[in-house]
Amino acid sequence: MATVTPARAHGPRPRAPRPRGPRPRRQWKAYLYLAPALAVLGTFLLYPFAQSIWISLFDWNGLSLATWTGLGNYRDMAGDPVVRAAFGHALVLIAFFAVLPVVLALLLTAVMGRAVRMRGLGFFRAVLFLPQVVASVVVATSWLALYAPDGLVNQLLRLVGLEVATRAWLGDFGTALPAVGLVGSWVGIGLCLVLFLSGVAQIDRELYEAARLEGAGLFREFFAVTLPGLRGQIAVALTLTVVAALKTFDLVYVTTSGGPGTSTTVPALLAYDRAFRTGQVGSACAIGVTLAVLILLVTLLVSRVQPAEEDA
Amino acid sequence: MTSTSSGSSPRRPLARRSVLAGALAAAGAGLAACAPGSSGPSGGASSSAPVSTDAASLGDVTLAVWDQNTDEGINAAQEKLNAAFMAAYPNITVERTVRSFDDLKTTLRLALSGDVAPDVVQANQGYPDMGAFVQAGLLQSLNPWADAYGWTKRYPADLLSLNRFSADGATWRDGDLFGVSQTGEMVGVYYDKAVLARAGVQPPTTMDEFTASLPTILAAGELPIQYGDADKSPGIHLFGVALATMAGAKAAGALVSGAGGAWTDPAVVAAATALQQWAQAGYLPAGHNGVAEDDAVARFGQGQGAYMLNGTWQLATLQAALGADVGFTALAGTGGTPETLGGIGLAWAVSAKTANANAAAAYVDFLTNAAAGQVLVDTGNLPAVFPEGYTAPAGTLAGDVATSWQAVSQGGGLVPYLDYATPTFYDTLTAGIQQLTGGRQDPQQFTEALQADDAAFRKGA
Repeated sequence: MATVTPARAHGPRPRAPRPRGPRPRRQWKAYLYLAPALAVLGTFLLYPFAQSIWISLFDWNGLSLATWTGLGNYRDMAGDPVVRAAFGHALVLIAFFAVLPVVLALLLTAVMGRAVRMRGLGFFRAVLFLPQVVASVVVATSWLALYAPDGLVNQLLRLVGLEVATRAWLGDFGTALPAVGLVGSWVGIGLCLVLFLSGVAQIDRELYEAARLEGAGLFREFFAVTLPGLRGQIAVALTLTVVAALKTFDLVYVTTSGGPGTSTTVPALLAYDRAFRTGQVGSACAIGVTLAVLILLVTLLVSRVQPAEEDA
Repeated sequence: MTSTSSGSSPRRPLARRSVLAGALAAAGAGLAACAPGSSGPSGGASSSAPVSTDAASLGDVTLAVWDQNTDEGINAAQEKLNAAFMAAYPNITVERTVRSFDDLKTTLRLALSGDVAPDVVQANQGYPDMGAFVQAGLLQSLNPWADAYGWTKRYPADLLSLNRFSADGATWRDGDLFGVSQTGEMVGVYYDKAVLARAGVQPPTTMDEFTASLPTILAAGELPIQYGDADKSPGIHLFGVALATMAGAKAAGALVSGAGGAWTDPAVVAAATALQQWAQAGYLPAGHNGVAEDDAVARFGQGQGAYMLNGTWQLATLQAALGADVGFTALAGTGGTPETLGGIGLAWAVSAKTANANAAAAYVDFLTNAAAGQVLVDTGNLPAVFPEGYTAPAGTLAGDVATSWQAVSQGGGLVPYLDYATPTFYDTLTAGIQQLTGGRQDPQQFTEALQADDAAFRKGA
């Protein structure tokens, strides 16, 4: 498994010239092949999304006749401290869901990359990937128990004499959001690590040998060879984890319901709450649409990390 | 994400754009046909068929029924009653759909406003649910059957008014009857007799005695009040008991139904201040905002805590855990009579879209009449109105609860759940209480936030 495939061995890739060749200009048949995918996309994504945008322009309790408010829901949203705080929390969660796992996974990759030939690596990969496979409600419930006042976290702290540091982690205004965020880190780190390890396996071993011959140390090797070689994987990892951070719902719903107070509310939770519980469907759709647009923008931004497509 | 590597002919992006625009326009045209929610009828609906109480003569009827009676005792009662109803009226079939309270609350809006609505549903009281349904014309006024079945005579007017709304859904506790309730429920003080005995405290009967006992219990090394608010709803119960006794049931009830008063009134501030003091003095467990309600109940069941302010729905659980050691009381407030948070179970209501209103009304009556009350007692539930001649067994938890319920429901001491006040009040109130006991908000800020929520709703209505 450790042998390299020489076919994909190129360092900084030269930009492939755009294929302008003899391909026919227009292939109407191609649209025919796209039609099924487009129909599914349109039915289950575009139509509901357009409907959400439409509803977001109304003041509607979900039952009675809606009244047109134009951009009123968006204006209210901008002025609502609860909504603004929720988007702020989502941004904080990015640090925990995306930045922390990527950084930690890179560190671990740098170390583990040296032991690619290690026996049982597949086993460790599977274990590290496990949090991704487990249903998020199960993850949330387990962490709920760990963070409980008599939970494992506090028991460990007491064991080492840190009684002062014990608290109800999810019920404390200062620690609730980071506590939720760390669950996200725990879930995300396995995904990032597996991505990066497979990425490292694709980097030409000769580059490492060359770097070592040149006398590069662990750090130099990491920054000169590993990191550039992993740009694609980092972009994928960031996209997945940032989107996960922004649309967090289940984790917060199960662990804190947005509490204590409003210290862990997130946009998706507010959207659900307003649509299904408090009868503010227009406002819920406005939050949903804003969140979708935000996710789109962030994804576009992250995709800039990705190296230019080499196979076109 | 999609590949953009194909040729850069200037027409291509244009074509793509026009396809997208076309799709959006088509979607928009489909939507523009109607503003959301316009398909439903408007205004309070009433049946056009003649009122009949002779259910046996209605021909073959199937009733789709949605309820939330998932707990063991009430589920047993429901199954018994359904079977008895179908035996009494072989021409009527009941198709039961049962969901937990939360699931019912979130799906009922969609179900009632859909084309094929259930015939009979359990609707929650107050502005967020019943008020919104009535406003949208989704519920059948039960006035035509109220006299025929004698509901107005059987139920105290105070209890029945919880299921009344004006036809426009804007005024609660007045107007047409939109449902009848089976059960009663209230929040009170559970006390652990063993813990109180260790602390040398007599079970309290008034809020003043309760407050006075807290430091004594703490000094004896016991936890005064067991409480866990991670689920957010227990905060309403804790604050509600304080409010009911300090402001009085009448004033507190008027606040909830919007009949008068302001949430910034001194009595509300006093109740909020008391809550904050309980937290600061250590009468509530540390980290209570991170403790789940079920865990708190379990701890109280293990003898941790002298009091727990919780609802009658915990009766069976605590009876099993503590046996003869547990007692229940509704504290007397400023008026000298027991005043507390509570009400009647979810209202059995009839959809405006049902084709069988007479059969539906007959079913509602069958679930709520005196014979049903006896079934409820037999299955360990608290009926809204006890069958005539019922005497509570003295010295037991069930007896305590029955006695308290009769005193509170007959004496006008019930304060409806505070979150009935506005559709968003649950969120505002529960977040505020966590901030209050967590020391993040002072009582003034807390009450001002409540008042702002209330004012915004009244202005919009």
